[in-house]
Amino acid sequence: MQKNLRTKTIGIIAILLFFIYGIFGIPGGFSGTAIRNSILKRIHLGLDLKGGMHLVLQVEVNEAVGAQTDSDSASIQNAFQQNGIIGASIAKPDTNRPDFIQITGVPAAHTADVSSLLNSQFGSQYDIAPGPNNSWTLAMKPTVESDLKQRALDRSIDVIQSRINSLGVTEPIVEPYQLGSYQILVELPGVDDLSRVENVIQSTARLSTHAVLGGPWPDQQTALQSLGGMVPPDAELAQSVPGASSDTSTGEWYELSKIPVWGGTDIRDAKADNDQQTNEPEVVFYLTNAAGDKFGQFTSANIGKDMAIVLDNRIYEVAVIKGEIHDTGNISGGNMSMQQAQDLSMLLRTGALPASLKYLQEETVGPSLGADSIHQGVVASIVGMLAVMIFMLIYYKGAGINADLALFLNLVILLGFMGFSGAVLTLPGIAGVILTIGMGVDSNVLIFERIREELRAGKSPAAAVDQGFSHAWTTILDTHVTTIVSALILFIFGTGPVKGFAVTLSFGLAANLFTAVFVSRVIFDAHLSHKLHGEPISI
Amino acid sequence: MELFHNPRIDWLGKKWYFLAFSLIFSISGLISLFFWHHLPLDVDFRGGTVVRVKFAEKPNVDHIRSAANKAGLKDPRITAFGPADHHEVLITLSGEATNQAAIDQGRATIIRALTQNYSPEAAQNQGKLDLDNATSEALTNWLEQQDPEHLGATVAAETKYQAQADAVLHLRDGEDSGVIPSLVDLRGVVDPAVLSAFQQGSYLSGFSVRSVEIVGAEVGTQLQHQAELATLYSLGGMLVYLWFRFEFIYGVAAVVACFHDTLITVGAFSLRNMEVSLTVIAAILTLIGYSMNDTIVVFDRIRENLRLSRREPLPDLVNRSINQTLSRTVLTSGLTFLTVLSLYKLGGQVLHPFSFALVVGILIGTYSSIAVAAPMLVAWQEWRAGRGRGAALPAAKKAKV
Repeated sequence: MQKNLRTKTIGIIAILLFFIYGIFGIPGGFSGTAIRNSILKRIHLGLDLKGGMHLVLQVEVNEAVGAQTDSDSASIQNAFQQNGIIGASIAKPDTNRPDFIQITGVPAAHTADVSSLLNSQFGSQYDIAPGPNNSWTLAMKPTVESDLKQRALDRSIDVIQSRINSLGVTEPIVEPYQLGSYQILVELPGVDDLSRVENVIQSTARLSTHAVLGGPWPDQQTALQSLGGMVPPDAELAQSVPGASSDTSTGEWYELSKIPVWGGTDIRDAKADNDQQTNEPEVVFYLTNAAGDKFGQFTSANIGKDMAIVLDNRIYEVAVIKGEIHDTGNISGGNMSMQQAQDLSMLLRTGALPASLKYLQEETVGPSLGADSIHQGVVASIVGMLAVMIFMLIYYKGAGINADLALFLNLVILLGFMGFSGAVLTLPGIAGVILTIGMGVDSNVLIFERIREELRAGKSPAAAVDQGFSHAWTTILDTHVTTIVSALILFIFGTGPVKGFAVTLSFGLAANLFTAVFVSRVIFDAHLSHKLHGEPISI
Repeated sequence: MELFHNPRIDWLGKKWYFLAFSLIFSISGLISLFFWHHLPLDVDFRGGTVVRVKFAEKPNVDHIRSAANKAGLKDPRITAFGPADHHEVLITLSGEATNQAAIDQGRATIIRALTQNYSPEAAQNQGKLDLDNATSEALTNWLEQQDPEHLGATVAAETKYQAQADAVLHLRDGEDSGVIPSLVDLRGVVDPAVLSAFQQGSYLSGFSVRSVEIVGAEVGTQLQHQAELATLYSLGGMLVYLWFRFEFIYGVAAVVACFHDTLITVGAFSLRNMEVSLTVIAAILTLIGYSMNDTIVVFDRIRENLRLSRREPLPDLVNRSINQTLSRTVLTSGLTFLTVLSLYKLGGQVLHPFSFALVVGILIGTYSSIAVAAPMLVAWQEWRAGRGRGAALPAAKKAKV
């Protein structure tokens, strides 16, 4: 019995030391700040405590699908031209079906050619179905489409990650969110310059060059009127930013060729610079070889005409083509500041997003609020815990010490768990710690009340302790399981702060099973072993 | 010390009072839910924009409103938040006003409106640095440009100004809770040269943004749906567990009691017109677990007593079981209540709705295990007896632990 007790005591002390290590690690020193820092190194604080920004973004994956079908439409057009098929029109009739291409008006003489051409070149990507009057519909195969969407998501995550890294944010999180919904979770601790971060993340940074077909017009209505009420299928309207060209100032509208000369991923490098003439900030970019060749061909063939440089659907530069341009260009519109020019060149370097992003949710906690929350949470915990401990001492006297020790150990194990598991402590998580203290003491009360009952029934102290523990055990187990079921459901359904609450609550209750039942029992046994048989215990 | 010495209270004899009590609270909650405040939802669920701003002095709501109107915000709701001497307000835009295309615009507009129009001296401060809203980076850059200590563009200057900026932010975000009352307070915090640079080239706008929450309408609906599911699963999970551990009727009684607690707690939110947020849902799920705890303790004792004395009439046996566990019930509820109360009083504004739910729920949860769950068992047995199906409340399976 004695030896057994000693082994158990040593075991408990070892566990205590283990979890204390979990909380503090090996502190750099014993000053207040050194200890605080070592705790913070082990226990990760949530954004609601350390301040920062939490974003949920929706990747508009349908845009990526649309871009693919656009480019495939262009390829079909090319293939038709090469094979001398004239008169066919290729369109995407339904804006809600970006995966859908329709070919109409094929001359009757060419139907066999078209059919074999489509099947040989696009059959692996599309389900091809002939329709009435020599028409075909191409619908992107579902596997191809979902692959494309997944790649758009992955690529978006990569791009956002590298953009954030270049901003110098420490420990950012960028990960897929709500599986299958193409959403991205971004967590940026300690960020307080919201608008800059937002611009950097959200800008699709899709840069392209288009031939200018018409304009400028002061507004969209006038533009539409002079085009006869309808934009031709191979063109689009776009608005310029102020200062996009020397003779525009307020954001005029232009008619541009729909298919760009080059675009998107064709950029090799970009840097911020000052314009040689005006000394205003500008961004200089360089194209890849292939895109450079295309650009060279286009510019040499269109000398004297206008071209437009478009960034995220806004025209940033309208210029007359004076000669062949091979692989470089600049953007100086929009009255950029040097910082904006630097950010934009960084965006161009890190690459375009394959689709635009929509904000679904944002939660930002300022640094001052985070600091206040920690302070209030810690004060509330300490006051709550002290109140419980003092009450237990008064109510149960000697056994109260036992309960308080168990409670203290419970807290150490809970925090140690947090340190080891890398789980995040949030403000509701601190509330979970407080609640654990309140609920944890329940087990002790159950046991002690039972022991008192057994003592009243005339049992000897040793027998009463034994009976008390064994009778209370069933109840304790049931109560813990029900609460952990609640916590588990919260963990599954909850996000961020609520998840943090579920974590501390379940860790705390699991630790409580050990401390209230096992540790408390050992303390009782140790106490009883020093007493004569039948000598009363303090409870 | 002992609270109750061998209590012999006839709980079941008071069941009509209990019923009346429960009905009054449930029905007034229901009336409020359906006809009065309905269920006020937090931005988590309803979608919209909430910006929490702290002001250095008592905020002038009319000023804020006119600043927001000038910036073109569609009727923002401006409400005081927390104790009056904290000078905090919430500026709320509804879900519809939180434009889907540019969900983040509301926040930017609110902040711009305050910067440009709130302070009467805003115009003359143009071009100066706002110390109340400057970021660490902006502040360091500004100091490097001003270079009040004439260190040039050196590494030493960078380190120096970074440290000075950190000292300012430490004071602002720590002790001052976000807004610096006066530039004079920086004396001793930064070097005299830096302080005089601040006095010349910076100003205090008198407000700072403490937190921002923006939720798109679709996310709100999604979260609402998840919260409902979570609550249902939680109740269902409990029912199954109790069914497995006891008997079906015990599970039903316990779940009815929990439902009763949830209803009254939610009703209390409606009556007080307090907003239900995600953390409140977390609190309610915790309460379901907690109330279940209390009920299980009583049920466990009923089960034990049923095994020991099969002859005793059920009402007496249930009364005895409640009395035997009364000390424990009151003690633990009291102690948990104590911790939750300290959370409610000291845990700060952010946790206020959460701790309110716990404060109400723990009281109700304790009450319901005595006044709802146990009488239901007896009522069920009497109903069975009335239909001549024998009297047996399942003596319950023997605990298998």
